This record gives sequence, C-alpha cells and structure tokens, in this order.
Amino acid sequence: MSNVQIKGAAVELDEDGFLVDPANWSEDVVAFFATQEEVGELTENHWKVIHYLRDYFQKFGVAPMIRKLCKDTGFTLKEIYEMFPSGPAKGACKLAGLPKPTGCV
Amino acid sequence: MDEKKTPLLDELEKGDWPSFVTEIKRAAAKNASAADLLAQLETSYENKEGYWKHGGIVGVKGYGGGVVGRYSSQPEKFPHVREFHTFRVNQPAGFFYTAEKLRQVAAIWDQYGSGLFNLHGSTGDCILLGTTTENLQPCYDALTECGFDLGGSGSAMRTLSCCVGQARCEKACIDSMNIIRELTLHYQDAIHRPAWPYKFKIKVSACPNDCAAASARSDLAVIGTWRDVLEMDQDAVREAVDGGFDIFNRVIRKCPTEALEWDSGKRELKITAEDCVHCMHCINMMPKALHIGRERGATLLIGGKAPVVKGAMIGWVLVPFIKMEPPYTEFKDLVDKITDWWADHGKNRERVGELIERMGLSAFLEAVGLEPLPQMVHAPRSNPYIFWKAEEVGSHG
Repeated sequence: MSNVQIKGAAVELDEDGFLVDPANWSEDVVAFFATQEEVGELTENHWKVIHYLRDYFQKFGVAPMIRKLCKDTGFTLKEIYEMFPSGPAKGACKLAGLPKPTGCV
Repeated sequence: MDEKKTPLLDELEKGDWPSFVTEIKRAAAKNASAADLLAQLETSYENKEGYWKHGGIVGVKGYGGGVVGRYSSQPEKFPHVREFHTFRVNQPAGFFYTAEKLRQVAAIWDQYGSGLFNLHGSTGDCILLGTTTENLQPCYDALTECGFDLGGSGSAMRTLSCCVGQARCEKACIDSMNIIRELTLHYQDAIHRPAWPYKFKIKVSACPNDCAAASARSDLAVIGTWRDVLEMDQDAVREAVDGGFDIFNRVIRKCPTEALEWDSGKRELKITAEDCVHCMHCINMMPKALHIGRERGATLLIGGKAPVVKGAMIGWVLVPFIKMEPPYTEFKDLVDKITDWWADHGKNRERVGELIERMGLSAFLEAVGLEPLPQMVHAPRSNPYIFWKAEEVGSHG
C-alpha cells in the first residue's frame, strides 16, 4: 500500500499500483497511471478502451474477457499492447481504475 | 547479517535427502531476501500459516505474463521479501543445459534476485524465485541478452514441455524436443500475451510411457506411438529367456490385451498386431529385444486438467494417429481450431476440457473438423437421451 499525490489529492494504491478505492478514479489519475505504465500520450483510442472497460465493469461488475474487449472495441490484441505496453490487465485495467485482476496469473 | 534462529527448519537439514533448508541457507549467506525468506518460512512453520498476500500483478513491458507477483503479508517483519516476485523462464527442450549457460543465468539472478531457483517448475519453466518490482525489467533484459525468454502465465498458452525423447531414449516415436521448440517459437504471441478464457497447456511425450505426464497435466497431450507392429528381435528374446528371464510371468501374462504368445517349442515370441494397444509394457521389460514400430506418429489427447472447477480430468483421445513431422502444419492447424472455438465459446476461467463437457463432444468435433471415432470413448453412452439434428430426422406422419 502507498499513498500518492495526484493533482493535490491523496490517492491510495496497492503494491501493484492499482486503485484501492475505485471512487478515486479521475482523468488526472489516468494521466498519472499513463506515465507509470509507459503509455505515453493518451489518444482518443486509449480513451475508447478506458471508457469501454469502465462501462463494462459498471454494468457487469467484472472486467471483460480479452476476446470481448478486442471484439467490442475493434482493436486487435497487438494494437492494445501498442497502446498499453504492459497489456490489457496491468495496463488498461489499471488506467480504467478497475480492481486488480486475480486468479492464477 | 544477523543470524535468525530457525529451529524448526533446522530439523529438515537432518536425514539423507538433500535439504532445501541447506539450499536456502547457502543463498541466505549472501542475499538478504533469501535470509528473510528463511525467517518468514520459519514463522510459517511455527504458526502453520502462509504469509504471502493474495495475488500480485507485475510484469515486463510488452508481455502480459511470465512473472508471478508476490508480496509478504508481514513486510515490516521481513522487509527483504516485501516484494518477492517469480520469473518463469522458458527452459530448453528436455532440460538440456550447458554449464556455461547455467552460470550466466545464475550470475544474472545473483545480481537481480534472491539467488534461489526452482529447477524446474512443474510446467517445465526454469523458475527464478524472488525479486523486486524494480528489478523485473532489467533482469528480463539481461535474461534475453543471455538467450532466455520468459515462459507463460495467466490465461495464455503456457510454456510447452516434453520428455527427453530422441535425445537419449530408444522408445521415442517422435522428436519431442524439436516439436516443442518449433511450437514454442510458433506460438510466442499466444505464450506472452494472454488472450484466452483460461490457461492452455501442451506437453509432448515421445511414447506412451508419458514421461512428461502429458495426459494428466496438459490440455492437449501429444503422445508418440506407432501404427504398424512393434519390432521383435527373436535372438535377443531367446537370449533373455536363456538368461533366466521369466518371459511368461513378467511379459506374456502382463499384456493387457493378451496380444503376446511365447511358443516354447519354436522358442519364438508372437504378437497379434491388431490386438496390441501399445501399452509399452513388453518393450519396457525387454528393451534389447523389443522395439517400437516403424510407422511413427502421435496420439492426441484433449482435456487433461487439475480438479478446479468440475473435477480432475485425464486427457481423452482426440486424434488416434497423427504424423508429427516438421513443420507440424496439421497439428498447428488443429491447435488453432481448438483454441479459436474455445476462445469464442469458453466462459471466463473455463478450461477447454470443461467447455467440451458443457457443450458436448459432437459440437466440439464439428467445430474443429474431426469425425467421431470409437477410439474417443471408453464405452458408448449408457442412456438414451440422444440429440438429433433437425435435418437428420425424417418427417413422421
């Protein structure tokens, strides 16, 4: 656990740098995570993925399976990795403020 | 370094078996995280409880797997295992190394990690046990520089593994080492970037002895076999019998299908080829006299997995005989068809064996373009609840 200052607000992160409280999510948080995960400049495509993940999570309470993410956003897995170098789970889900993926990873 | 007391673990340095405690102590002498690992383990032994936190998502850029994140739940007490991540490093086929390469990997791990290894993880990877988040990327860079890549983790194709095969086994029907090397290179993307409902493992055993335990521990098992008759060197058989080998009780009577016969008059071993199920017993018992056949390939088994969720499964026959020769195009096509169908229909965390059970073998066979065969079942179904397709049923007045 650690506390970071993002635009003057204290935000709590777990060891892997995921948001502890999803309510803390904001566009400033995304910008902060973007530098952490070496995303670079946030483009329209990045936001498309981020908003898709957030909408899906709000609707179903889980992160979408990767096949579903690719199908619904129209991006290939390769394109997702080009946008989010650490991948859909550690990269995109973190930026979208989703809880940390669990299971046999 | 302050010596921590480990009375319970010290007990495990007694006895004849090589002690893992001795190994950890040796690493602890020059590495603080190995020392804290020992201390945390002693506490676990005292309290009969694990002190690793749930989960952990770390990795290297470009990959979605290969590193298993782990954090101590008592970081104040054991600060040097606060972060203790595992690297899965793809092993060379058949676990053949040179001392030089092992020295290079050990030097890298001394620099970036705890110095502790697991040779090997049960899937086959060379496991580097315990490093910090900060060290992950530089350690990975050093490993790739040295010629090693990460293995698989998560919902991906996992590191492939095999028996030693033709490298040093006369029973090998297929080149298991070449097969997994070729497939590992071909499926790099599937290994490094999880894209499936759950994990998918391929293991290759070059004969039905299944020294890679492929049938139990891989979703798709490739088991070498032959389809002509096994070869018999009658002189060598006679030599064994003359040397006092009890061929009747140790071979003939043990044949599961009674395919073998010992003609004591002619002093000749006979086999009914069509009855032989290639169980390997006679070949194992008389390796100098009996040999695998000439027309070689593999049997593919599908579905092997551990209990979670629907119960453990041993892989069952998917393809009774397939040729396994480079570049293994037919096999790769089948793998792609299987994983495509599974990725389309599988639920989150559903292994391919469970999906087949849920959707039915006939739906699966149709999707991957295989005909149903008697070899696929142990016995025909015992109930009459049979589905027919609409077009298979004529109209009844």
